[in-house]
Amino acid sequence: MPQASRRKLLVLGNGMAAGRMLEELLARAPDRHAVVVFGAEPRVNYDRIMLSPVLAGEKHFEDIVVHDDVWYARHKIDLRKGETAIAIDRRARTVRTAGGTVETYDDLVIATGSRPILLPVPGVDLPGVVTFRDLDDVEAMLGAAARGGNAVVIGGGLLGLEAAAALALRGMRTTVVHLMPTLMERQLDPSAAYLLQKAIEKRGIEVLTGANTSAVLGDGTVEAVRLEDGRTLPADLVVMAVGIRPHGAIAAAAGLEVKRGIVVDDHMRTVDPDIYAVGECVEHRGVCYGLVAPLYDMARVLAATLAGETVPGYAGSALSSKLKVTGVDLFSAGDFSERDEQDEIVLRDPSRGVYKRVVLRDNRIVGAVLYGDTADGAWYFDLLKKGVDISDQRDTLIFGQAWQAGGVLDPRAAVAALSDDAEICGCNGVCKGAIAGAITARGLTSVEEVRAETKASASCGQCTSKVETLLALALGDAYAAAARKPMCKCVDLTHEEVRGLIVSRELKSQPAVWQELGWKTSCGCPTCRPALNYYLLCAWPGEYRDDAQSRFVNERVHANIQKDGTFSVVPRMWGGLTTSAELRAIADVADKFKIPTIKVTGGQRIDLLGVRKEDLPAVWADLNAAGMVSGQAYAKGLRTVKTCVGSEWCRFGTQDSTGLGVKLERFLCGSWTPAKVKLAVSGCPRNCAEATVKDIGIVCVESGYDIHIAGAAGLHVRGTDLLGHVGTEDEAIEHVAAVMQLYREQAVYLDRVWKWVEKTGLEKIRAAIMDNHEGRKALVARFRKSQRAVHRDPWAERAAGRELHEFMPLAVLTPARRMAAE
Amino acid sequence: MSDFWFDLGPLAALPVRGARIVRTPRRDIAVFRTAGDDVFALENRCPHKGGPLADGIVHGRKVACPLHNWIINLEDGEATGADKGCARTFPVKLENGRVYLDMGIAAAP
Repeated sequence: MPQASRRKLLVLGNGMAAGRMLEELLARAPDRHAVVVFGAEPRVNYDRIMLSPVLAGEKHFEDIVVHDDVWYARHKIDLRKGETAIAIDRRARTVRTAGGTVETYDDLVIATGSRPILLPVPGVDLPGVVTFRDLDDVEAMLGAAARGGNAVVIGGGLLGLEAAAALALRGMRTTVVHLMPTLMERQLDPSAAYLLQKAIEKRGIEVLTGANTSAVLGDGTVEAVRLEDGRTLPADLVVMAVGIRPHGAIAAAAGLEVKRGIVVDDHMRTVDPDIYAVGECVEHRGVCYGLVAPLYDMARVLAATLAGETVPGYAGSALSSKLKVTGVDLFSAGDFSERDEQDEIVLRDPSRGVYKRVVLRDNRIVGAVLYGDTADGAWYFDLLKKGVDISDQRDTLIFGQAWQAGGVLDPRAAVAALSDDAEICGCNGVCKGAIAGAITARGLTSVEEVRAETKASASCGQCTSKVETLLALALGDAYAAAARKPMCKCVDLTHEEVRGLIVSRELKSQPAVWQELGWKTSCGCPTCRPALNYYLLCAWPGEYRDDAQSRFVNERVHANIQKDGTFSVVPRMWGGLTTSAELRAIADVADKFKIPTIKVTGGQRIDLLGVRKEDLPAVWADLNAAGMVSGQAYAKGLRTVKTCVGSEWCRFGTQDSTGLGVKLERFLCGSWTPAKVKLAVSGCPRNCAEATVKDIGIVCVESGYDIHIAGAAGLHVRGTDLLGHVGTEDEAIEHVAAVMQLYREQAVYLDRVWKWVEKTGLEKIRAAIMDNHEGRKALVARFRKSQRAVHRDPWAERAAGRELHEFMPLAVLTPARRMAAE
Repeated sequence: MSDFWFDLGPLAALPVRGARIVRTPRRDIAVFRTAGDDVFALENRCPHKGGPLADGIVHGRKVACPLHNWIINLEDGEATGADKGCARTFPVKLENGRVYLDMGIAAAP
């Protein structure tokens, strides 16, 4: 075709989408267009996603060039490097550049890509603050890295982490600041994010999650980054990698439809039939893309359309991503949002640091997250894109493609089929023969005995089920596995084992527990989540971040839900004492908020029933103003200390039981416990405070204080056991606090004190509290530490606005407003 | 009346694995957000005894009613396990990071 009769194709932008589109077009219709390309960067087209290896020094720029000058010349493409298009005149069908050039077009393709987002904080314009988008950015970072010092990377997504890893490799002290609680939260679930964070930290990179940048500081050049919580991080280089925004300004100015990106139809056409858009600058069916695969899909459709072919339109892309950090194997694809356990298959290998999760819907893969072993990523992604029914291979799917030839696996038969030298316990290197031999030779009958004798399953516990299978194979029906009660269906370990491992392995987050202890689900269940939340809080006070969504509503909103969805509010009355001023304030609150029912509780408190959820913060604010705090009548923690009037008034009273009750309540309230804890102090053996049916009860006698534990008066009724006798009030407080802490550290979640005592044995507890004086003092010290983390009034915090979303409707639609909106 | 998509605000206004309510003249609607950022809307009444589902613990695509621990499926409002009953569902969608509720249906009888 002669040059003159060709259509004139003008391409704005010379990134990956434009490059791929031209390649596809040349393959389909090499002579159809005369092509002019305006590229803002002063260089040829290169593979932008490989900038990370360039920054890391693993590749050179020449290695990542896609089309060199020779290619443009060979295909007679007129590439104008360093020329930025600034305006489109749709009527004249021309484009003007910053340099003043005006070029005509028959077909126009906008491929202007995206721009990095800069956080709107003071100091972002200081020299030394860079983004991570093009080769100029890489060169700026390399310049800074050559001078050494501190780098702060803002953003813990793909780009931010790749930049951080590269800068650390180049010798900078690097910190990643990430707003969300887990890294790469858009691509990874919490378990994979936990492993990733561990791997990143192993490279000497500090990772701060849940950290909000408030300012970049510096005098003339960047010196530090300040976080919202007041921390200041020294910085010689700040890399801003918080996301990208489609760059469609030129299209908007020309009157084309632009929402988040330039709006295109399935054939990449804008509202103007002669103007197309492709790549990161577009918005297709409401979605903007920032990964390379969709750009290629779009480029193919656009090239075919420009070539005059009739092709099916672009229908959106399934996404997969891989982190390009050497030594970190990570793959994610599709939709891996939290599902019900029957819809996912999870494989964890704690000793190898492997986590694999395949999410299924209707027997088809809809998502996959792989960490540590990503060899099968492409295979899963292919099954996902093709929508293959995997019913037949479900049992072996998670093991990967290599396993698909084999038959169906029965776990028991699989263990039986193992050779004697097959390793069962990876942590302690114990093989099948050693375990089976020990079972027969020494007559072992339980997992605990096998652990004691062979060490198998004594560390991470992941192989417990294999050990149980070996016991069952050796003992047949004589083996009663039922003696061991796993925590829930997510894990084979018992509550006690999980607690022990949280402490000994220093596991400090729920994802850490899930991964290191081999959870069989991706995110736990309603049974294990509240328990783990408690165990972690107890083990790491002040360090573990409480997970509100793992708590029952009462503990989230610090009030008790009632049958009609309203709440009841119980202010604390220390030891059951109140004053006329407090009673007056309670009466005022009841009037003001029209509280329908006021009742005295069994624990000597006043209960305000029927409070609307939205009113809770205001009710608390008024009670706070009168000096009252939360009575924690909802807590798995200290509820009340019931008292009698004791020696102050009673003619039989032997000690100041009311005063002791007040002191105990003030000292003990606040910390979370495995289940609720109720105390009472009676001033004499007549026991008017009913101390002998409480979790912990004190009965005052002439010679001092009898300390009782393990009473119950609910579903289960049980009189207390006498733990011991002490002479002074201070000793009584110390002993009770020590019991509280021992209970906190040992009891299974939801076990009341009596159940813990029956499981543990009174003698053991007596030895720890009454006889071991050093141990008791250490328990009290740990209890004090736990209290430092919680000694704030939850009501005051919420009245001041904390977690306001818990109490306010998302929206209120009244008929009047609704009509106005219509 | 349909397709009256009412903008409830950014997704961030909903707690992850949590819910908030939307008050309409006819009913309260609980809008849920799962760990994977899927959104669902159910009438804020458990089919069992009318418990406020928005206050329950969200796990997977289910919510446990805070009153008696009935487990309700967020996708279709059906009670799971041995329990029988259904909470009404409402059309809700997530678009460009914002949550929309179809008020044409949500506010209709």
